[in-house]
Amino acid sequence: MQDVGFGYRGGPALLTNMTLSLQPGMFHFLTGPSGAGKTTLLRMLYADLLPSTGTITAFGADISSLGRDDIAHLRRRIGVVHQDTQFLDHLPVAENVAMPLTVSGQGVEIEALRDLLGWVQLAPQARALPPSLSGGERQRAALARAVILSPDLIIADEPTGNLDWDMSMRLMQLLIELNKSGKAVLVATHDLNLIRAIKAQVAARVLRIAGGTLQLAGSDL
Amino acid sequence: MKRKDFRAPKLGALLQQLWRGDGGKGDRIVPPTGFTAQLTLFSAAAMAFLAVFALALALATGRLADRWSSELAGSVTVRVSAPSGEQSALTDQVVEILRTTPGVGQPELLDDTQVADLLTPWFGPDMPVDALPVPSLIELPVTSRDFDAEGLRLRLEAEAPGAILDDHTQWRRPLVSAANRLRVLGIVSLLLIAAASAAMITLAAKAALAANGQVIRVLRLIGARDITIATAFVRRFTHRAAIGAAAGTVLGLLAIAALPNMDAAGGFLTGLGFQGFGWLLPLLIPAVAAAVGFFATRWAALKMLGAVR
Repeated sequence: MQDVGFGYRGGPALLTNMTLSLQPGMFHFLTGPSGAGKTTLLRMLYADLLPSTGTITAFGADISSLGRDDIAHLRRRIGVVHQDTQFLDHLPVAENVAMPLTVSGQGVEIEALRDLLGWVQLAPQARALPPSLSGGERQRAALARAVILSPDLIIADEPTGNLDWDMSMRLMQLLIELNKSGKAVLVATHDLNLIRAIKAQVAARVLRIAGGTLQLAGSDL
Repeated sequence: MKRKDFRAPKLGALLQQLWRGDGGKGDRIVPPTGFTAQLTLFSAAAMAFLAVFALALALATGRLADRWSSELAGSVTVRVSAPSGEQSALTDQVVEILRTTPGVGQPELLDDTQVADLLTPWFGPDMPVDALPVPSLIELPVTSRDFDAEGLRLRLEAEAPGAILDDHTQWRRPLVSAANRLRVLGIVSLLLIAAASAAMITLAAKAALAANGQVIRVLRLIGARDITIATAFVRRFTHRAAIGAAAGTVLGLLAIAALPNMDAAGGFLTGLGFQGFGWLLPLLIPAVAAAVGFFATRWAALKMLGAVR
């Protein structure tokens, strides 16, 4: 993204002059206080919001010029773990995880799906409905859904917000694995301890939103 | 904030997806919608039931108008009135005139018994017709288009004063007009039924879509195209409209078939229903209902999708 700014309709500018490049194999943290605009920034990356100013280029295309079908295709290349883990509550976990394949018209390979659920340790919950899952299970199911299309970029918005420390670390380990396989990963979190713990395991850049601008975090992180 | 204008998926692509199907996977992305499902089924069935009757009315009144028109236009009547001593001579003179009139068949002078039969509904069976100054009645079949009613009327006026030509126009016009209006009424009823069905299906679809706003948003976020989402809803409501309408059509046809026998019912009811290939026409109702369901739901789905990025 280049010189991107954003303000909600009728309101003041929330984000200004943001420039960021996410390359394959890079691991980024995005931090900042609540309400700073972390989620807004992420939503612009997957074209859920369009920037008021500046340009966001994803996979060679300006997202402001994309048609609706192009946006759908863009989102298949970006796996998103939403803050409020949104599922289709009438479908079991396995079908929810496989839903990106279903809506993109691709066949679901049962064995691969089983492996994926095993990877996030949700195989026993494959037939469970999302409302019956715990917070950690929901986050892991959301991660499995986010990666099932093997996206180039993985975005996680406060993925550990409702999880205890052990569960948070387990989830982050999965993200580190994905990053080591060449995926670009961007994790928004306000948990500085988590950032410090993960930085010990992977070369991660920490970006901070402060005063509506994007800065590289200081040496404390 | 700039926003790319919403563009509806192409109709052909939607129809293709609808026709091709996906083994039910697409349908499952939409949660079961019990209330709207029942509402759509019931509305489609009720409307199809009414549509069968409206169609029967339109067809029957059409036939009625044709029959009345052709039966009454197939003959004319000449009424001969004269003082008692001259009645017979004038009648013979009129018959001769009619025999030489182009475009008509053999004139038939109604005898006393036939005249008495005609008067029976008004005077009862025991009335002595002989005692009444009843005019002679001559029925003249019209056999070709060469017949000129106005010319004959003028000739009778000139050569046989007291002979009056009645070409049944006075009777025919209001009857045919009434039948034609009934036919129009039937067609208008069909259109109103289709419009009401579309309105109800649209409302049901909108209710289902509104209830599934979060589902639609999730689907968009994980990369579903508009056509994929719209198809799931359109398929569901199209099927429901068709199935409901099929049930309503069958019930309507059974009800029509159970109407009293045409000959026994007589009067206005004569001919109400379907005849011959006409029985196949109601089979179009489920197809039309499916089309109404398709377009109504498509419109509602695309409107809803336009509000979701």
